Amino acid sequence: MRLVCIACPLGCELLVREDSGRVLVQGNRCTRGEAYAREEMTDPKRVLATSVKVLGGDYPLVSVRTDRPVPKRLIPEIMAFIRTLRVEAPVELGQIIVEDLLGSGAKLLATRTVRRAD
Amino acid sequence: MIKVWKVEVAVVGGGAAGMAAAAAAAREGASVLLLERNTCLGGVLDQCIHPGFGLHRYKEELTGPEFAFRLHTELEKARVEVAFSHTVINVNPQKPEILAVGPNGLVRVQAKAVVWACGAWERPLGHLLIPGTRPAGIFTAGLAQRLVNIHGLLPGRRVLILGSGDIGLIMARRFHLEGAEVVGVAEIKPFPGGLLRNVRQCLEDYGIPLFLRTTVSEIHGRDRLTGVTLVEVDEQGKTIPGTERFIKVDTLVLSVGLIPEIRLLEGFLSCDHVQRGPRVNSFWQTEHPWLFVVGNALVVFDLVDTVAAVGEEAGRFAARFACGEMQGEPCVPLKRGQNVAALVPQAFIPGEPARLFLRVIRPFPKARVKISPVYSKVHLGLRPAEMVEIRLSSEATAELQRCSEATVEVHPQ
Amino acid sequence: MRAVVIGAGVVGALIARELCRYDLTVLLFERELEVGFGVTKANSAIVHAGFHDEPGTLRARFCVKGNAFYPKLCEELGVPFRRTGAYVLALHAQEVPELERLLAQGEKNGVPGLEIQRTEEILAREPKVNPKIVAGLWAPTVGVTEPWALAQAAVENALLNGLELHLAEKVQTIEVKNGCVKGIKTDVGFYAAEIVVNAAGLFADQVARMAGLDVPEIRPRRGQYILLEGETNIHSVLFPCPTPKSKGILVVPSVDGNLLLGPTAEDVDDKADTTTTQEGLQQVREGAKRLVPDLDFSRAIKSFAGLRPETAAADFWVGPTKIRGFYQAGAMRSPGLTAAPAIARFLVHEVIATEWHLSPRNWNPRRVPPPRVADLSPEEWDELIRQDPRFGRIVCFCNLVTEGEVVEAIRRGARTIDGIKLRTRAGFGRCQGGFCTDKLLLILARELGKGAEDIKLKSERSPIVIGPVRP
Repeated sequence: MRLVCIACPLGCELLVREDSGRVLVQGNRCTRGEAYAREEMTDPKRVLATSVKVLGGDYPLVSVRTDRPVPKRLIPEIMAFIRTLRVEAPVELGQIIVEDLLGSGAKLLATRTVRRAD
Repeated sequence: MIKVWKVEVAVVGGGAAGMAAAAAAAREGASVLLLERNTCLGGVLDQCIHPGFGLHRYKEELTGPEFAFRLHTELEKARVEVAFSHTVINVNPQKPEILAVGPNGLVRVQAKAVVWACGAWERPLGHLLIPGTRPAGIFTAGLAQRLVNIHGLLPGRRVLILGSGDIGLIMARRFHLEGAEVVGVAEIKPFPGGLLRNVRQCLEDYGIPLFLRTTVSEIHGRDRLTGVTLVEVDEQGKTIPGTERFIKVDTLVLSVGLIPEIRLLEGFLSCDHVQRGPRVNSFWQTEHPWLFVVGNALVVFDLVDTVAAVGEEAGRFAARFACGEMQGEPCVPLKRGQNVAALVPQAFIPGEPARLFLRVIRPFPKARVKISPVYSKVHLGLRPAEMVEIRLSSEATAELQRCSEATVEVHPQ
Repeated sequence: MRAVVIGAGVVGALIARELCRYDLTVLLFERELEVGFGVTKANSAIVHAGFHDEPGTLRARFCVKGNAFYPKLCEELGVPFRRTGAYVLALHAQEVPELERLLAQGEKNGVPGLEIQRTEEILAREPKVNPKIVAGLWAPTVGVTEPWALAQAAVENALLNGLELHLAEKVQTIEVKNGCVKGIKTDVGFYAAEIVVNAAGLFADQVARMAGLDVPEIRPRRGQYILLEGETNIHSVLFPCPTPKSKGILVVPSVDGNLLLGPTAEDVDDKADTTTTQEGLQQVREGAKRLVPDLDFSRAIKSFAGLRPETAAADFWVGPTKIRGFYQAGAMRSPGLTAAPAIARFLVHEVIATEWHLSPRNWNPRRVPPPRVADLSPEEWDELIRQDPRFGRIVCFCNLVTEGEVVEAIRRGARTIDGIKLRTRAGFGRCQGGFCTDKLLLILARELGKGAEDIKLKSERSPIVIGPVRP
């Protein structure tokens, strides 16, 4: 199976094979590529970035991301949950919006500062 | 009376390039004024809420606003003065003097060196001369991104993206995550315009199709967009009759190229006709030695980390120029040879280390990059979406002293 | 007494303005969301000299007169107008007799200053013109303007003089009793009026029929255009030798420093068919390149199409009708824009005022134009910002338009993104709104007290966004 590594902008083209239960990776230029390929074959994970509604802020939304990759299969569910969230301004960059996103163990962090609207 | 501000280095534009340049110039000891037209710093980073930034500079993967915040912190440490909400409206061709407008009036900034870091603008629909109607619902990718991420407004429900540049790919995912249906990304070339990782994680992850060798041949809808006609193209980029198909969409997002923002410099700077940015030497200095140009205003880079690194270099040189430690140096022109699309800088200063960036015109699995007589190396997996960076030592560029010019060429192997 | 004008294009707007000079209640009706959004919005923007039109036609008569009115009219209303002069270029020796014919025709029509010039003379003035030309007819009175700006300015001025403006209101019937006009009915209500002027552009035939007149059909003739950014090295309007159907593909230096190429001349069926086509745009390119070979199409910023109202007789409808109180100002094909001021004066002063013995009233002919920072000196601009800091916040970077100007445009009647664009030139530059559409959207929403999803591009069903990402 061919994969493009997303660990960094280099975008190595990986060739992944399964040989008697062992996953063999070729084409990676670093060790992260190998780890990525193994994970991609079992349970692909992604960092999710989106926005959360802010109440009383100088912006209507605050941009957020997960602090670690979350299983790709959970993303629709996580998005549905994020759509229901409201956070009161001010919001600080790095502020934890959600401690544990749907039991994934990932935190949802604000990636920008939103001040209170005057 | 119009106010006059005096400063050693004036930096125009507070995006990644400008912030890095301003911080670096200030660290060199110059007095620095950064002019930013927006009310906050970061430029386009502010709307790029996706991760993928900072792996080189900060050794971790950050989102755009986080990357901007890091640079902002550097700027504050270096004590750079920032004039927010100030737009430059004129640059004196004779000397480092610029006129800016802000909410308190006009300001004449008299500097000793100017770093131009105004980023790029997006090629609009009008450039493409696509026939049809001109309804609401057509957006450049950056505009769509600003609407969604900054203003929290959704442009439409059924989206086609034209052009597979990185912003287009990123916006495909963004629209999908926000509940819009992305019917596909159409790319006229036989290969994607953006990074492969973005094809993977923005399109393939969500089952969004990428139509290669396909473009929009007609726009439909009088008031709001009702659909587009897609058509396939041949090797020469000519449309193939009979391959037209109508696709019902209410939104068309264009990711068809960025053009360096140098409107105020065009009258007095010679520009590169391919990348439409000014010509610079390896100090990022234009033919007017007091004027430095960096970031996407020079050439469209693919990584913000590179933009910041180049900005930082230029900031240092600008500070040195402003303090009289450097003049306009004699240069050896660098020419674009076979298979080279974008190329910066366009001149070397012999005896000074240099970094050079180029883009190939099409993918090459294996090719030799040659700059006679100083560089020749085989590179693997060259793709137009990814710039090739080449560093030359001062010894290497000293070799060029005897040459009247050098050419950069890419030969497939 | 009440007078109704149907259609707020340049013709209707100027007629309404002239009517306001009399002791009348004047109502102006427009089906579109804003003034000048029909034929007026998309045409060549040329003030013609009058040599193209056959002597004896209404076109010839009103074109020459209208041209002469332009400098003062535009000065009074604060609308850009530039006498660029024009050349009709002969590319072959066979075309020279055509120049001579146009010269004679123009002289007969009373066009001043016409002369046939030799290649060297033309190239000295217009170095970018095709060097293969053999001669050219020089017409110094040709000029360029902004038709929509003229219509908007005329309406603003008329409002100052008591006009009642009804936008987005469609006239449905015209009430006529015993051969006299009694009023009009729209989708909103009935308005009694003794005088009704039909300036309904492409729809003037339908409106005339509402009054019971038997008029020929108005057919839309489509013209496609390409706009090139910042080509400042062409000074005059350039025409090819005309064909029986049209004046051909022109090269027009616009008042805002761009270059307009076109139009095609295609008869279409649909009065809303402003689509551009592959063939049409190709024809524009080729036609323009015949006159100026090295046009740089990588500087294209827009392609669009407009419709002009044509009739089989190819002449204007101007004047009274057999229905007392119902007047025609329709079928304004080219040179309708040029003729409009002359038609407005003739119709109002020589026909309507005489027939109804109208008495003049106090009238202010002037409209103070809105501030345009791009035209100010740095000192003047600085002063303006001190009075209002919104003139220091730039919204459109390409054309240097400030928030102050956008707010002022809204105060004067802009309701849509296109309305702002036509009034301020925001979004008219090289990036075509890439940087300012969101800003204009938010300012419009704020100033009008509406949600962003209620702001339209140009028509009722053209929203820019569908709503918030996170309701």
